[in-house]
Formats: sequence, structure tokens, C-alpha cells
Amino acid sequence: MALEREKHLAERSLLTLSEGELLELYRLMSLIRRFEDRVAEMYTRGKITGFCHLYAGEEAVAVGAIHALYDKDYVISTYREHGHCLAKGASPDKVMAELFGKATGVSHGRGGSMHLFEGERRFMGGYAIVGGGLPLAAGLGLSIHYKEEPEIVCCFFGDGALPQGAFHETLNLCSLWKLPVVFICENNFYGMGTLTQRAICRPELYRFAEPYNMPGVRVDGMEVLEVYSAVVEAAARAREGHGPSLIEAVTYRFRGHSMSDPGEYRSKREERLWQERDPIKRFRRRLGERKISSAVLDRIDRDVDAMVDDAVRFADESPEPPLSDLAKHVYVD
Amino acid sequence: MAQISYREALNQALKEEMDRDERVFIMGEEVAYFGGAFKVTDGLLAIFGEKRVRDTPISELTIVGAGVGAAMGGIRPIVELMTINFGLLAMDQIVNHAAKIHYMFGGQAKVPMVIRAPQGGGHQLGAQHSQSLEAYFVHCPGVRVVVPATPADAKGLLKTAVRDDNPVIFLEHESLYSVKGEVPEEEFLVPFGKANVARSGSDVTIVSYSKCVYDALRAAEALEEQGIDAEVIDLRTLNPLDLDTVVESVKKTGAAIVVYEGWRTGGAGAEIASQIYEAAFDSLDAPVQRVASIDIPMPYNRHLEAAALPRVEDILRAVEHVV
Repeated sequence: MALEREKHLAERSLLTLSEGELLELYRLMSLIRRFEDRVAEMYTRGKITGFCHLYAGEEAVAVGAIHALYDKDYVISTYREHGHCLAKGASPDKVMAELFGKATGVSHGRGGSMHLFEGERRFMGGYAIVGGGLPLAAGLGLSIHYKEEPEIVCCFFGDGALPQGAFHETLNLCSLWKLPVVFICENNFYGMGTLTQRAICRPELYRFAEPYNMPGVRVDGMEVLEVYSAVVEAAARAREGHGPSLIEAVTYRFRGHSMSDPGEYRSKREERLWQERDPIKRFRRRLGERKISSAVLDRIDRDVDAMVDDAVRFADESPEPPLSDLAKHVYVD
Repeated sequence: MAQISYREALNQALKEEMDRDERVFIMGEEVAYFGGAFKVTDGLLAIFGEKRVRDTPISELTIVGAGVGAAMGGIRPIVELMTINFGLLAMDQIVNHAAKIHYMFGGQAKVPMVIRAPQGGGHQLGAQHSQSLEAYFVHCPGVRVVVPATPADAKGLLKTAVRDDNPVIFLEHESLYSVKGEVPEEEFLVPFGKANVARSGSDVTIVSYSKCVYDALRAAEALEEQGIDAEVIDLRTLNPLDLDTVVESVKKTGAAIVVYEGWRTGGAGAEIASQIYEAAFDSLDAPVQRVASIDIPMPYNRHLEAAALPRVEDILRAVEHVV
């Protein structure tokens, strides 16, 4: 599926990344998976309510892409953003607390699952209007440009955003002004329950880069190193002032669109085929090629389990936001 | 004090604020080389260069959205929409993003941006170029709404808007750009939420804003000949709304009329009337009257358009109902 060049770059990354970095990629993917599994459990138990869109299955995209960034680079995302926020370094305690609606949450209980924000980590928010984050990414890029700073913006969105006007306007503007933005389209084949080919006039989404005069590549979004190496290239291009790129990461969500979606529009066979391409299991095999033992990876899994248990406990024990603060922060004083 | 136009006053405010703060910049359609569709940004490109006076493609949604993102990134955009009618394309970024970001992220992010847009009818521009849409923004918590009537207020309020850390919708009336008025030569700011009593009177309170303030003042002159002493209040900003000044006046006069150019139904004037009832019902001798545009898309024909807009004689007729 991916172009040979992307595969080659990924192979090189396996050899050039340090063992510590590879283990960190594994840890973050494992953390996100475990986190999302527990979120589903907490949702079923009524601890988490509202709309809740899980990232399980897509971990390699957020983790691979964000590993290619510097700490001060901006990340902006959608309503399926738990993974991006965690990969950018937000505390699992505070993210879980936000899902519980607690005062200690990253958005102080005002945002919920769809509106995480972690300013200190430059995670600039999850937005729940499809395509809504793209113009903001352009603006963040403009602020970097204006201040002549070295950072870039990494903007995640789903295949569902492609038919929005915001996508086309933003790609045009960013290319015109050579803004330092890396656009990452997480193509999981469904905009809610609608198959991409029923919504978008061409199946190769990365080719929408061409009319906007920027590079476009498709990568295997189930291969963390493939995503990583593509974003390294796009980030370097943006940082050097050559403007934006579009990366299509082909991936699959292992659960429904949201917690209220049983996913009946997908066949069991299709789901099974993608489960076999589970990005975490695949990466374990790749790490085996680097002679990293399963015992090391199992220990990481156990640490991550404990961390998520702690996050659930922290969220559960945290206070509700006080009613007296209901109208606080509507305006900046 | 110098006599300058509303347009020049706005231009001075932009220049002064850009001189004061390097983070302040302008972007929008035709703002740089063309000097602005209404020439408000004329000459600024020559002073500040393309980095700070930036022409954009015709992409209202993304111009405003990029302004929101730029503000989150620490610079201070002034986005010009060529007219508010085109601003409807940007409603998602204004209502779902700019207005929400500070609150929904628990106060961590802020959006210090100004969205300037001309609005209003009276130039035979037809249904899609003649609207007054302030009510849409007044309805939405999280954005300030500014509606200056005089050159001095246009300047002082725009300078305040640029320094405010909230998203500000700054609505200029197309009929006012060439109106002249006295503007102080020294630096000054006009605060938000402080109405101006444009004319003192004791018999009836006429509450208005933007271009309709001039109609209200003309009506007050005609009323004076009939022996009726009208007080005219120019609200200056609709969010925040200076209800205190209005209520104080209504308690004195016992009668109130709200004059505005938006459609009558669901207009900002309906909200103002409602707040007058809540705060000063016992002081009223008659129901509050609304004088507004009639509820139709604006027609092109000169006579039809004039009949659709609120007129001085409509104000006089409304006064007859309350005095």
C-alpha cells in the first residue's frame, strides 16, 4: 500500500533510532491502547458520559508523527484526540480526569473527551467540528512565521474532513504563504458510518496535495516507523521554510465511531483482517528484529497498566468543578 | 480637536495600535494593495509592509480561523471581512471556535482578535449586501460586539478592541465612513460597556446604536418642535451592554423606544426592550416600541429599500405611541 520509498525510510529508522526511542514509541502506543480500553470500561460504568471517540487501532499515527516533532512544536487535533494529547506528553491522570469531567482535568472539566487541551505541552486542542482545526493550524503557523520562530504545526484530521471547505481553503492558504504546517490525514476508511469512497471523489487522499502545490504521501498508518519517517521529512521541509505537506496515514479504528456506535456497517471479516495488522503487535515483531526481548516489552505493558490504573483512581477521587465557577472563563477579564 | 471622518478615525486607530504593539497586524481581502474595499486600511501597507498588512484569498472561513489560530499563537490579528454578509461564511470559526476556546479549555487559551466588518443598507446593494447582523453575535456568549456611531467612538473603541484579550466583532456602518466629527488629537480610549447620552431629555428615551443614532437625533430635533424633549442614548457596544444608563434614563422619562437597523424580529433591539421591561417595568407608562428594518430581504429599488429601513418618521410615529 505504501510507496516503496516510505517503507525504505521506515527500515532505516528501525536501524537509526536508539533503543530508548524505540521503547518510548512502544510505551506510548501501549499506553494509548490501555488508556482507551479503560475509557471504554469507564464509559460503560457511567463514569464517562457524553460523546467519546476512541483511538484504539490508530496509535501508530499519533505516536509516530509526534515523535518526529520537537517539544515546542504545536499539535492540533479533532474530537478523536486522546491519543494525540497523550503522545504530546499530557499527564494520563489529567486526561482521564477531564473525561470524568473533573476540576483536575486538562480543561478543568469544561471540555470533556472532545475538547482536551494542554497548553504547556503545546497540545492546542481537540475540536469537534469536522475540519474546524485546520484553519487554526494555519493561524498557528502564521504566528510562528510572524515571530520568526523555528517551530512547526502538526495538524491531525480524519478522512471525513476532506470534503469540507475548510480543508481546501486551508491547504491553499498554507501553501500560498508557505506556512510551517504538516497535515496528517488519518484515513480510517469511514466518516462515521460512511465509507470514504461514498463521500470523496478519489480514493487516494494524499493526491489532494497536488492541486495545492505541496508534497503528498501515503503511509501505512499501522507502522509507527513509517509514519515517523514521513513526518521527519515533512517537518524538516516545514522548518526550513518550504511550506506544508500532506500525509495520508492509512489506518483503522478498532472500535465504533463513538461509544454509542456498534459499527454494524463493517463486516466481522474486515475487522478481523485489520486486527491482524494491529500496530502494537506489529511493532513488537519489529522490535524483535532489533533483539529487544518480549520480557522488556511485557514490563512496559505492566508499567502502563499501573499508570492507567492510577489515572482512573486520580480521576475518580478528584473533585467536581465548583458550581460557583460556572460562568468563569467566558471572557478574559 | 480635529474634524475627521469615521474612515480616517478608524485608519488612525489601526496605525496607532500597530505602532504601539508589534504583535498587531491586519489581514483580509484587499486590505493591503487595494487599501481596503472601503479604504479603511489605506496607506498602512506603505508604513508597515506586507508582513503586517496582509492580503488574503477569498476564504472567509479560513481567514477568520487563521486569525483565531494566530491569536492562540500569541500575536494579535485584526481581521477585516469585506462586509459582514461574507462573514456568514466564517460563522463556524466565530461561533464554534473563537467564542468557545477560552471557556471550553478551562481558561488556558485566549483569542485576542478583532474582526472588523462593514454592514448596513441604504446603498441599493440588494439582499446579499445590505444586512445588519449584530443580533447573531449578541446572541453568542464569548464575543464582544462593538457598534460605533461617531468618528471619535470609532477610533476610541477600535483601540480598546485591539487591546482586549477577547474576540471582538467590530461592526462599522457603511453609511458612516464619510461622516465627519470631532476627534481628540491626543491619545484616548473609549471603554466597552459605557453608553453615551448623545442628547439629554426628559420625556422619552430613544435607545440606539451605529447609524440609527443619527436618525434618532434627527427625530429628537423634530420632536423638540412639537414640545417633546427626547433623550438619545448611543449604546456604543452591545456586548457588554450598558443597561444601567438605559434604565436610569427610562426611570426619568417613563417611555422607551429602541431604534436599530437589523430585522425587527429577533433583533438586538428585542433583547434591549426585554431587559428594559425586566429592570424598569414599573417606570414605563407605555410598552417599549421597536423601530427596525421590516422583515424582508432587502430590495434593490431605491424607494422600496428606503421603505424597508427604519426612518425618522417611523421613530416619530413610535414616539406618539409612548408619550
